[in-house]
Amino acid sequence: MEIFQKKQRLPVLLRLFTSTLYLSAFTFGGGYVIVTLLKNTFVDKYHWISEEEMLDLTAIAQSAPGAVAVNGAAAVGCRIAGIPGVLASVLGAVIPPMAILSLVSLCYTVFCSNPWISAALNGMKAGVGAVITSVVWDMSSRIVRSKDPANTLILILSFCLCWFGGVNVICIILAAAAFGVLRSLHAKKGGSAA
Amino acid sequence: MICLSLFLSFLQIGLFSFGGGYAAMPLIQEQVVTLHGWLSMETFADLVTISEMTPGPIAVNAATFVGTQTAGFAGAVAATLGCVLPSCLFVTLLAFIYTRCRSLPILQQTLASLRPAVVSMIAKAGLTILISAFFLDGTASLIRENISVRMIVWFAAALFLLRKKKWNPILVMALCGICEAAFCAV
Repeated sequence: MEIFQKKQRLPVLLRLFTSTLYLSAFTFGGGYVIVTLLKNTFVDKYHWISEEEMLDLTAIAQSAPGAVAVNGAAAVGCRIAGIPGVLASVLGAVIPPMAILSLVSLCYTVFCSNPWISAALNGMKAGVGAVITSVVWDMSSRIVRSKDPANTLILILSFCLCWFGGVNVICIILAAAAFGVLRSLHAKKGGSAA
Repeated sequence: MICLSLFLSFLQIGLFSFGGGYAAMPLIQEQVVTLHGWLSMETFADLVTISEMTPGPIAVNAATFVGTQTAGFAGAVAATLGCVLPSCLFVTLLAFIYTRCRSLPILQQTLASLRPAVVSMIAKAGLTILISAFFLDGTASLIRENISVRMIVWFAAALFLLRKKKWNPILVMALCGICEAAFCAV
């Protein structure tokens, strides 16, 4: 199932580990931030997986229990290098928060009340928002240009449901998947009738 | 012994927190404060603040924090291992199934319908962050005093650097933080 040959494995694992280590140190603001950063690295920079695969793996990350950031790293690691890949990328994703928390827990009152730190973290929100906006722009314009109006409709409808309707993320993912199953069954029926 | 109970507690947190982040918070509170008394309610509130200020998922942050406080480094490792183990197993299983079966036509169609929904989940996460960045009280009420113009400027500059100049996203994020900190210092 691995994308790479055996002899290429070690450098790939090493790169997987260092990439998730580096990205995980900057995933402020929730699990989806690391998904956009993983996309930037493994889709746009290394071309190890396609954008569609990245979205599928994100759905997997969301459907499994646990933190989306860890799950996303594990899913990408598994797709790229199998079980050793899972270990490399999860280790990379977990070490930065562990190291930072260990340091901060020693002196957390100083850390929490420092105005410079809170200003920098606040400013980073604007940057994180811009990174996500940019990725969402690329992904949604691809969906709209794919000339399948149903997919554009799912995009708009699922956003409205979770933003305005407050519908649970897992319900939306399951509903979209169910729609896909029905659609493919319908297409098959239409195909055999014709 | 304490390491084993840390491991088991965080195993449950990892196993039952669907949907990440804030869904995990009540579970962590129950295990850490109510059931085992490893942290007081005040320290737990501090932990939530710290988690919001540091990178990484709250469950991993909590595991490290609680582990360190109760049993040192070994405790941190035991607790973190517990909270990521269920994720790894589930995700690996799903990813294997995905890799094996994704060429099946029915799964292709299902995934094609799933992708737009995933994009809108990412969009929701982005919009949530932007609202908390642009509006001082965190709610999107359009009163002049509530809108942080400076943050909108950082956002626009960051978007320009990302899309037109193709800058590294992490560099852009760090730069936004430095700009805001420098502005507060002046």
